[in-house]
Amino acid sequence: MAKITFDGIEVEVPDGTTILNAARQIGGSVVPPAMCYYTPLKGSGGKCRACLVKVAAGSAKDPRPMPKLVASCITPVQDGMVVENTTNQQVLDVRKGIVEMLLINHPLDCPVCDQAGECDLQNFAFEHGVSTTRYEEERRTFEKIDIGPYIQLHMTRCILCYRCVYTANQVTDNRVHGVLGRGDAAEIGTYIENSLDNDFIGNVIDVCPVGALTDKTWRFKSRVWFTKPVNAHRDCSHEKCSGKVTLWYKGKDVLRVTARKDEYGEVKEWICNECRFERKETADWILEGPAHIDRSSVISANHYELPVLNAQIIADLPESTVRELEQNPPLKLGGFNG
Amino acid sequence: MQSLSKRAKVLEKKPMTLAERAYLPAIFQGLSITMRHFFMKKATIRYPEETRPFSPVFRGLHVLKRDEQGRERCTACGLCAVACPAEAITMVAGERKKGEQNLYREEKYAVSYEINMLRCIFCGLCEEACPKAAIYLQADKMAPPRYERDEFIYGKDRLVEPADPDKRSKRGIQLTPEQASSLKVQLQTA
Repeated sequence: MAKITFDGIEVEVPDGTTILNAARQIGGSVVPPAMCYYTPLKGSGGKCRACLVKVAAGSAKDPRPMPKLVASCITPVQDGMVVENTTNQQVLDVRKGIVEMLLINHPLDCPVCDQAGECDLQNFAFEHGVSTTRYEEERRTFEKIDIGPYIQLHMTRCILCYRCVYTANQVTDNRVHGVLGRGDAAEIGTYIENSLDNDFIGNVIDVCPVGALTDKTWRFKSRVWFTKPVNAHRDCSHEKCSGKVTLWYKGKDVLRVTARKDEYGEVKEWICNECRFERKETADWILEGPAHIDRSSVISANHYELPVLNAQIIADLPESTVRELEQNPPLKLGGFNG
Repeated sequence: MQSLSKRAKVLEKKPMTLAERAYLPAIFQGLSITMRHFFMKKATIRYPEETRPFSPVFRGLHVLKRDEQGRERCTACGLCAVACPAEAITMVAGERKKGEQNLYREEKYAVSYEINMLRCIFCGLCEEACPKAAIYLQADKMAPPRYERDEFIYGKDRLVEPADPDKRSKRGIQLTPEQASSLKVQLQTA
């Protein structure tokens, strides 16, 4: 076990844990943002630099600070390490620079993009970025390629996090896409016209932190904040598929199906293409109840979750609501549920 | 009944004086007030023949703007609808097809865009939320009264401004004289 101090908070984690995961054990607003690191994907992380932190003391044995900011998602902890994230102005300034770097070539087409409202880059830029751009040159563009009937690729929006490449490697049994080219010309592609049609390839949509890979069956149907997420499951015949999903309703229509994500936007249980793209009727699913939406998310707009502070005083609450209240403690009135 | 609070005043009924009993002085006093009002400035106007001047910051009927090439600016991003406190705005987005580049500015556009004027409270939050400078509340137009409720649901047919530079709304981004003349040529050839 190693004891580290993160933003003045002491936490004890097993050896070999990364700084980011140690911070996630503390939770809340001190957790560094992550654009490329994805817990279920081995080898992910270390690319986007969004999670840079200052190590003020390397370890108990060698308390010298690390000379440069380190990527917290790939740096393992050492006993006695002192890490500064939100308490260090240098980290916050550098993060502002990282946002600017990531946005250099990212088109500002959020009004058109289907990811808007649940986009990691949008949240990251909103929290850490500046509202103006200094970039005057032309943004990079790519020839549009078609990667199959289910997935829409917008290469201009890609931030080269490699998550989809790892997903295809580790979740599906055959990867046909990857990152081609180098530097400025690097792009996600299939090299020769090839469609992504593996049984589990739909998961690249969920792992994509931006709107580079989006669901074609959901394209321009609605915006995420007009839809209502409902947890549901079904007995999927595919052995690797968990069958546990979130259905996104608008009225009575299931507009799209996604895997369930945790508070860091990570999918723990992958779902197959059949569940994701073919089953869009309520009758196909066993509904469990509304999915919890973070109060600070734009998706919570116009969603009237019960802000019940005293469940006991309201008689005859539906069972699903009681379960929901037990799993997610009631919202605090007059503030964000952080 | 006995008073509970003991604060009620007991009115004494005195007999009327001679002037009161004569009746006419009170009549003439009342008539003089009536006559005076004939010659005073009137508080009302003869609407709809006459209208009052609008304040320059008045928030009236919405308009969906077009850009300098006559294309619709709205891209159906839904930010106006999510900002709307009255939930008056609904829209359906669609993908622009090939050959429609002169109709819609972006890849995505609003197939239908409806504002329920009965719900709308004319707060202008949609205008503030719009990232494309597409929706504005005009200072010189109002949603007029109508007989039927469904007539208050304004679709794109009544919200989108005409492409003709002379008939455009005064709110929002205005065309420069060069843009207006080139657009006129473009509209004539089309």
